Amino acid sequence: MSSDFTDGDEPREFVHDDDGGPDPETHCGHGRGGMGEEVRRKEDKRFITGRGNYIDDIKKPNMLFCDIVRSPHAHARIKNIDKSRALDVDGVVAVLTAEDLLEHDLATMPTLMSDTQDVLVRDKVKFQSQEVAAVIAEDRYAARDGADKVVVDYEVLDPVVTAEEALKDDAPVIRDDIEGQTDNHCLDWETGDKEATDAIFEEADVTVSEQMLYQRLHPAPIETCGSVADFDPGKDKLTVHMTSQAPHIHRTLFSQVSGIPEHKIRIVSPDVGGGFGNKVPIYPGYVVSAAASYVLERPVKWIEERSENIQSTGFARDYDMTGELAATEDGRIQAVRTDVLADHGAYNAVAQPSKFPAGFFKIFTGSYDVDAAYGSLTAAYTNSAPGGVAYRCSFRVTEAVYLIERMVKVLADELDMDPAEIRRKNFIQPDQFPYETPTGWNYDSGDYEAALDKALEMADYEHYREEQQRRIENDADKLIGIGISSFTEVVGAGPGKTCDIAGVEMFDSCDIRVHPTGNATVRVGVQTQGQGHETTFAQIVAEELGMDVDNITVEHGDTDTDPYGLGTYGSRSTPVAGAAAAVAARKVRDKAKSIAANELEAAEADIEWDRQSGEFHVAGAPDRSITITDIAASAYMNHPASEEPGLEAVDYYDPPEMTYPFGSYIVVVEVDRETGEVDFEKFVAVDDCGNRINPMIIEGQIHGGLAQGIGSAMMEHVTFDDNGNVTGGDFMNYLLPTAKEIPNFETGHTVTPSPHHPIGAKGVGESPLVGSPPAIVNAVVDAMAHEGISHIEMPMTPDRVWETLDSVGLSRDPSDSFEIEFGDTGAEPADD
Amino acid sequence: MSTDSMNEEGGPTTTEITVTVNGTQVTADVEPRLKLSDFLRYHCDLRGVRVGCEHGVCGACTVEQDGASIKSCLSYAVQADGAKIETVEGLTNDDGSLHPIQEAFHESHALQCGFCTSGFVMATKELLEENPSPTREEIETGLEDNICRCTGYQNIYKAVESAAAKMEDD
Repeated sequence: MSSDFTDGDEPREFVHDDDGGPDPETHCGHGRGGMGEEVRRKEDKRFITGRGNYIDDIKKPNMLFCDIVRSPHAHARIKNIDKSRALDVDGVVAVLTAEDLLEHDLATMPTLMSDTQDVLVRDKVKFQSQEVAAVIAEDRYAARDGADKVVVDYEVLDPVVTAEEALKDDAPVIRDDIEGQTDNHCLDWETGDKEATDAIFEEADVTVSEQMLYQRLHPAPIETCGSVADFDPGKDKLTVHMTSQAPHIHRTLFSQVSGIPEHKIRIVSPDVGGGFGNKVPIYPGYVVSAAASYVLERPVKWIEERSENIQSTGFARDYDMTGELAATEDGRIQAVRTDVLADHGAYNAVAQPSKFPAGFFKIFTGSYDVDAAYGSLTAAYTNSAPGGVAYRCSFRVTEAVYLIERMVKVLADELDMDPAEIRRKNFIQPDQFPYETPTGWNYDSGDYEAALDKALEMADYEHYREEQQRRIENDADKLIGIGISSFTEVVGAGPGKTCDIAGVEMFDSCDIRVHPTGNATVRVGVQTQGQGHETTFAQIVAEELGMDVDNITVEHGDTDTDPYGLGTYGSRSTPVAGAAAAVAARKVRDKAKSIAANELEAAEADIEWDRQSGEFHVAGAPDRSITITDIAASAYMNHPASEEPGLEAVDYYDPPEMTYPFGSYIVVVEVDRETGEVDFEKFVAVDDCGNRINPMIIEGQIHGGLAQGIGSAMMEHVTFDDNGNVTGGDFMNYLLPTAKEIPNFETGHTVTPSPHHPIGAKGVGESPLVGSPPAIVNAVVDAMAHEGISHIEMPMTPDRVWETLDSVGLSRDPSDSFEIEFGDTGAEPADD
Repeated sequence: MSTDSMNEEGGPTTTEITVTVNGTQVTADVEPRLKLSDFLRYHCDLRGVRVGCEHGVCGACTVEQDGASIKSCLSYAVQADGAKIETVEGLTNDDGSLHPIQEAFHESHALQCGFCTSGFVMATKELLEENPSPTREEIETGLEDNICRCTGYQNIYKAVESAAAKMEDD
């Protein structure tokens, strides 16, 4: 645990001024780019000048291109594959099928949940767009020409598209490749105390229940997936450049799949154009490019098209949930019960720690102090792409937060209580931390009411409540709705003993090397896809070593040079690798102290380090001091006899617990009774992620996640027709929010440091997407709650909102306003 | 290459085009089906032109053709014959200093993963050339053909406003 190394460095509270910048009145940052300073990002220059190095920018001499032939059917047996016409295409070098991969023992690959997925279909297609064959050619256009000429003979089978259909007795069995599998049942899971929960429900004054679907989403990073595999027969070494959020674990899996020893594999994750969980799994394209490079002894590039990305790679959510609350008459929540039907697609390929088949969903009691809870889940196989990745989400916490925050609103309406008041009544109180939940989480710290109060004030809550009432009384064309979400997140997986990916413990790492001239290279086991690690981690080290942030370079994403780590997802980079960076820096500082003692001719016990100046000095004699730059020189040029030369440290950090960021979001919407359109009047987000490293980057992360929350709540949905055809499979049909759909966000924060994290930080990237969808849905429901509406499904498209309005007589017929308009002008509608 | 576009000798039909790319004249023999985005990325080595969807929605491939922004994934190289193309690489001054729009994107933290950034910078350039001091609503409309999945657009608006102010001062 970190405290062995903290040397009295308890987490301190860093205070910021309202602009988020360092406050000279407090001890926030040391003015050289330390903790809490709004350092401009180091990574920006290459991106704004067009010099980023993304996967498709990588060029190798003699490089070939791979294009994948995909199934047009969702469920079909392959009778025959004819390669001959494809091989005749000018420039085509090879056509690979499962048969070819079988020769090299590469026909299948393990998913992150230890299911076995075909790299190229061996026998039966299980989802539309599944990989059937691969064409390798001299250029990209030739590869596509070849793919068009591969003739596949399919025997089309009946598909099963929804989890509900899949679990019916007469449903066709999708996974007949699994021995003994006679239905589409994937797994069952339960948590909590069923008996105690049921007993409370039987006795409770009030119970409420609601069914809600968290629809299938796709993370849809703007860069698709891709790889450049390069097997070097001279060194017997395979290098795979790939869009990976977790290069080290991918190296281990690649070794297991291919049989190539792990030290003969190098995974490089270059600049990655967004990940959001989509780039955690291994996809067949990566394996095919590696296999082709191995066989052909030439570099092979594979770049996915957008429709391939949405149709075949890891989707998110698809949890059909029933939520129930038991409460007293005065609104104290006593118990939570939930049952989930999960769609896992054709393979069990959810991306979450292996001992958590439902991810961290068991955090569904949220921010509330309840007596008992019970949750159960059944997952099914369907003829759709495998997935259930953690889209900007710590493994199903998004679904859990949606459930509890929606249910609290349902209860508030049932009891006719103010939704802010009912939350206040049920919050876990600050003096209850560390708090153990009924489902076994151990929350580190929190002050939920403070965040809610701040959000209420920022949102001008009372004003909008009055305005809402006025609109109802005046029978106005546009209704006001106010939605609240007071969420608690769980991030920063490990600890390693409970959390693992494919058996590897979820620790993370940092390696710091201070060079003779006083600057430093920092390497971390996590990997950025836009989160700003090159700046944030440099700030942590700058803070802990008193260095200038400009003198620190952060590297990541290369398994040949970086320490082993588990990667970036589940908001774990700051909680785990950020802790490793701080602890490694403190190890360097310890050694620096010894060198300082030698240089200043004093006992090591008498050397003090000043955080503000970054200098080491003799106790009681501040002028006898030495900087880290001079210490670095001494480490290489005049090292003390008691120490080894050099100034380096590495730390592998196994977190003692997870961290629990939280916040309160308030959304005010205006719902148009005529069109069903929803306008955002106010969007307030108050977050608490513990101590803040770079407020500018945090705010940017919040903005991005809120926009994705709006996408989830209002627009996004991967849809299928009855035949299993993806009908929302490209950007024409899978709608992402543009500048037009995003309102102005007002962000605020409170600071409740994590007591067990070396710098008191908690992680923040996912909070906005976890916390905002229930606030948005609560707001739209709130606009219609006076007529008894308790729920509306996402995405809340105008037609769906209008139908809901119409179901309770709140809709306005568009023709009414025409008549009024024309009546006013005395003109008649044109008859065209 | 394409079996559908063979010439009499059985080779692919190509056309000679001359395009002025970031001030430099480029002459090349290209297939009629070669997308402008691929021509710029692979023939001209301008990798700042990003391709995010290949169907004209995301806007990452936005470049300027004869002063107007276009989505280069929806255009063919042969259609650019005789045209002037400007990409994000052309914005940086010869001495390496940044264009005010690039500066503003950095200062306002208007990018995260950076993949959509080239397209946004080029869309902003056209927007500000047409309307040197746009309102917030005009910025939203001006940039609605580009998608950013990371920033939530707030800081992009700020960057555009800041770039407008910088360019007015120049």
